[in-house]
Amino acid sequence: MPWNRRHLITLEELSLAEIVQIHVTAAAFKRTLRRSVKKVPALRGKTIVNLFLEPSTRTRMAFDMAAKRLSADVISVDAASSSTTKGETLRDTAQNIEALQADMLVIRHAAAGSPLYLSRILDIPVINAGDGAHEHPTQGLLDTFTMKEHLGSLRGRKIVILGDVLFSRVARSNIHALTKMGAAVTLVGPSTLVPHWFTDLGVSVSHDLKSALADAEVVMLLRIQHERQASSHFPSLGEYTSMFGLNKTRASWLNPKAIIMHPGPINRGVEIDSELADGERSVILEQVANGIAVRMAVLYLCAGGQPESVLQTG
Amino acid sequence: MAHLWIQNARVIDPAAQRDAAGDLFIADGKFVGSLSAAARKRAKRIDARGLVACPGLVDIHVHFREPGQTHKETIATGTRAAAAGGFTTVVCMPNTSPPADNAGTIQFIKDAVRRDAVVHVYPTGCITVGQKGQVLAPTGSLKRAGVVAITDDGDCVQSNELMRRACEYAKMFDLPLMDHCQDASMTQGAVMNEGSVSTRLGLRGWPNAAEDMIVARNVILAEYTGAHIHLQHISSKFSVDVIRRAKSRGAHISAEATPHHIALTDAALAGYDPNFKMNPPLRTEVDRRALIAGLRDGTLDIIATDHAPHTDYEKDKELDFAPNGIIGLETALPVTLDVLVRRSQFKLAFVIDLMTRRPAALLNLSAGTLAAGAPADVCIFDPDEKWRYDAKAGQSKSGNSPWHGQTLTGRVKTTIVDGCVVFAGGKIVGG
Repeated sequence: MPWNRRHLITLEELSLAEIVQIHVTAAAFKRTLRRSVKKVPALRGKTIVNLFLEPSTRTRMAFDMAAKRLSADVISVDAASSSTTKGETLRDTAQNIEALQADMLVIRHAAAGSPLYLSRILDIPVINAGDGAHEHPTQGLLDTFTMKEHLGSLRGRKIVILGDVLFSRVARSNIHALTKMGAAVTLVGPSTLVPHWFTDLGVSVSHDLKSALADAEVVMLLRIQHERQASSHFPSLGEYTSMFGLNKTRASWLNPKAIIMHPGPINRGVEIDSELADGERSVILEQVANGIAVRMAVLYLCAGGQPESVLQTG
Repeated sequence: MAHLWIQNARVIDPAAQRDAAGDLFIADGKFVGSLSAAARKRAKRIDARGLVACPGLVDIHVHFREPGQTHKETIATGTRAAAAGGFTTVVCMPNTSPPADNAGTIQFIKDAVRRDAVVHVYPTGCITVGQKGQVLAPTGSLKRAGVVAITDDGDCVQSNELMRRACEYAKMFDLPLMDHCQDASMTQGAVMNEGSVSTRLGLRGWPNAAEDMIVARNVILAEYTGAHIHLQHISSKFSVDVIRRAKSRGAHISAEATPHHIALTDAALAGYDPNFKMNPPLRTEVDRRALIAGLRDGTLDIIATDHAPHTDYEKDKELDFAPNGIIGLETALPVTLDVLVRRSQFKLAFVIDLMTRRPAALLNLSAGTLAAGAPADVCIFDPDEKWRYDAKAGQSKSGNSPWHGQTLTGRVKTTIVDGCVVFAGGKIVGG
């Protein structure tokens, strides 16, 4: 089946087959990354603009690295150096980027829906690198890619997403990917951060950590996003840690082979015990490494590449 | 002044319980029972065969942005939008720049109305100085200057104590208070209804509880003080229930629903289009149906538009950053007819009542009737004509409408103010 999308805005709109196509393509790129010469010429001559209007370290570095591994030219613009701080509208900023003849735009923005907005006004592919609390599709793709490497098929697997779900775009993208892949997803956290409306997305909601973690094969922790909260969602970080932080005792409730994931940045001692973050069940750094291959796949496909021709690109 | 003879219309006059084929006669700006044979010869005739002639529509909730935000709308353009929508009487909100919290600003607005308006405009004044919710505005002076109600509009008075005093004080002048019911502490950063859709879209939710709290507060204060509180743009089912019970106890409460809240739901936000962003937000299908039931049984008294113009460049933003509000004057009649008459089987005369006699009566305005001797304000419309609405080509200075580009059913053909045709053939015409 050929790949037909130019934009990657959400995982909600992708079919299972499209998610699988991205995973297969990512796996092929991951093999090229093990070679001594890691670069492939797939996007040679193309210019990719990374417009990061909200702070990011991991995602931005991964997109940067992915584009360079594909031999594209990359320009990264962050919030501080963009004209939006001078009052320029997003439309004007984007049209200027297009006028500079960029071939693709990767956008990180605090406002949900802004990548969709850009995809409607620009003629070049737009890749969502995180929009507010809405979606972070490449994170959802790399997380499910990492899970598949450890668990094989995710059908019927018990997967727990624990923490600040309300404000998490990572959670939403994972929910859409995981439900399409047949996993049994449970969201866990304080009732103020995991409202019951999430059940409409086909997942379970629980506020009882012990029963939720029992025999789970994946636990994905989410950072408590102090910066997004109006302050009244829970009493204190200390209370959060005592009620919902993942520590060794709680980790023992998991399936013995369970993996521990976190999209980063982690708050050691808050949502996760420091030793667990570094422990053998933690795949946090694998997620980061897989983020490059997955983003190579997304850039490559949305630029017009086809899954089956990846191996020839080397 | 010319005589007018509107012929062969379906004449609907809710005040007189009239809904029958007939003619309307106008002399010297007023309705008359008939014209003499000589006068009929000289009269300008309007053939209204197949059309409805009813009192000019009345909208007690519009924003005309003058003074201070005249890039969005002016009294000249706002009243022309009103005329194009069949409205002949409007009540404008005081959230101008500066806010209309003193007699001088009211006088400024009245001067602009006298100079520029093509329909009747009544101003409202602020409840508190600068709409800041801290100190009462000079209500008596505002009344003397001509306001028909007081309201802090989008800046709902948060202090219960201050609102209580405002009610007591305004009652002395027989002035209604109009309140935009919103507990601001519960809606920080909110851009749409809180619920399943906002959760999926990752947008901050505005819970209906924030509206319900203040609706209940206002019911309590209306009963405690005896003041008339008019609840603006009710959007929540729970609020409808609160109002229904308050009215059964005889509370001096009235309430409005907007065309957009009875036509649309929060599902419309799926594309993050700012032309579906307003305050209060579009809510759920359950709420939408409750509003229609509330209009049917009289819990909600009237239709009002909350016509809120913003320029394209202000609205064309990320949803989080776009201002609240949509224009509504030029689409209110067809949208309301569609929802209430075609889809909810309301009688046409009842819907006309919701948009004429009743809103006029709430604020004691001389409007909303075809009675002999009353100002000859008429709306003549074709209830069945289908037309494509182009918000950019409308009379309003702004085009922020969720119905832009859509085919609507029901079209205003002629609008008459004080016996003068101000809108006909799709155009504003000189009196």
